[in-house]
Amino acid sequence: MKPKHQRLFLALIAVVALGGAGLIAASALREEASYFYTPTTLAAANVEPGKAIRLGGMVQKGSIVRGGDGVSITFIVQDQERSQKVAYRGITPDLFVEGSGVVADGHLRPDRVFVAESLLAKHDENYVPKELADIDMNAAAYTKDTLAP
Amino acid sequence: MHRFANPARFLRIAKPLTPALFWPGLLLTLMACIWGLFFIPTERLMGDTVKILFVHVPAAWLGMGGWTGIAIASIVQLVWRHPLAGVAARAIAVPGATFAAICLITGSIWGRPTWGTWWVWDGRLTSMLVLFFLYLGYIALSNASSEKGDTSRVAAVFGVIGAINIPIINRSVIWWESQHQKASITFSGSSIDTAYLAPLFVAVAGFSLLFGALVLMRMRAALAAMRIEARMRRMAQG
Repeated sequence: MKPKHQRLFLALIAVVALGGAGLIAASALREEASYFYTPTTLAAANVEPGKAIRLGGMVQKGSIVRGGDGVSITFIVQDQERSQKVAYRGITPDLFVEGSGVVADGHLRPDRVFVAESLLAKHDENYVPKELADIDMNAAAYTKDTLAP
Repeated sequence: MHRFANPARFLRIAKPLTPALFWPGLLLTLMACIWGLFFIPTERLMGDTVKILFVHVPAAWLGMGGWTGIAIASIVQLVWRHPLAGVAARAIAVPGATFAAICLITGSIWGRPTWGTWWVWDGRLTSMLVLFFLYLGYIALSNASSEKGDTSRVAAVFGVIGAINIPIINRSVIWWESQHQKASITFSGSSIDTAYLAPLFVAVAGFSLLFGALVLMRMRAALAAMRIEARMRRMAQG
């Protein structure tokens, strides 16, 4: 074997080993590195009330209820299988609309309602001009996002 | 591959190729900027902030593409000992780092009005920040370990190892729930309306040509510096 082939062989082994190690590490991190719980993973995780966590999902259509004081709202976050009730006091982001994604920082109350301290809007991967979206109100239904209802 | 091992032959090709990449690249970039700034419809949810797309996406593509180039050049250097591979890898590093930084900065500016935050530590943002730090590490390592325009083998090994981060960035939004949305453009199609997709392609093409021109310029400068140094050494001895 010429030295060049030996080096090529070693480099290939190194690349395969690195790739394998990376994949194993990534799959081990699968749950840990998620930025938020979805309603389904939250239900499975058995998180105790009061612990600081994040919840993400789609805001269920027609679920936003605004309180009399003007700043408190409740809504339901859902994924493909489950839904989770959320209570929040404060100003909502511009992109916080029904049928769109949201990521909430907060904790579970003993009655299993999620109390959000801050809300972040989550944009999906669709880019649709306003005029088109007005014609087709269900544009968001085309989403490839796994969180889509 | 060793046809270009002779730097003189490479320079003969690189010299006319540099303006051939630079001017069309500049033209396409300017075209995409004007198109993206003034002639696109407002987006359904994001409104006018969608315009950041035309800088953010090309910057992300070149930041990741740059490291892929470094990794390939590093393997060529380590296996075939190609004399230009190290020069190429080192020439890519600074523009690559710059585009990775542009991607992070524009993403942050975009995140504030869209998500409501400048930064979150989700998988996509964190892995992209790691890429930027890898670039800084590579630049420091190659500067420290070689006086000339080429790259030491240590830096080349670092270039190969760092490549593991590229598929992680790409898959991060699929493996882990993240604040960043999933990929809009995949092999199965695009979920970006044509009104935005067309200027985006022009922007990606323009930025990529400019990137190529920058890398060629830096390679030529590095080779010229190496020649000067060799001549000075001969003069000092003679």
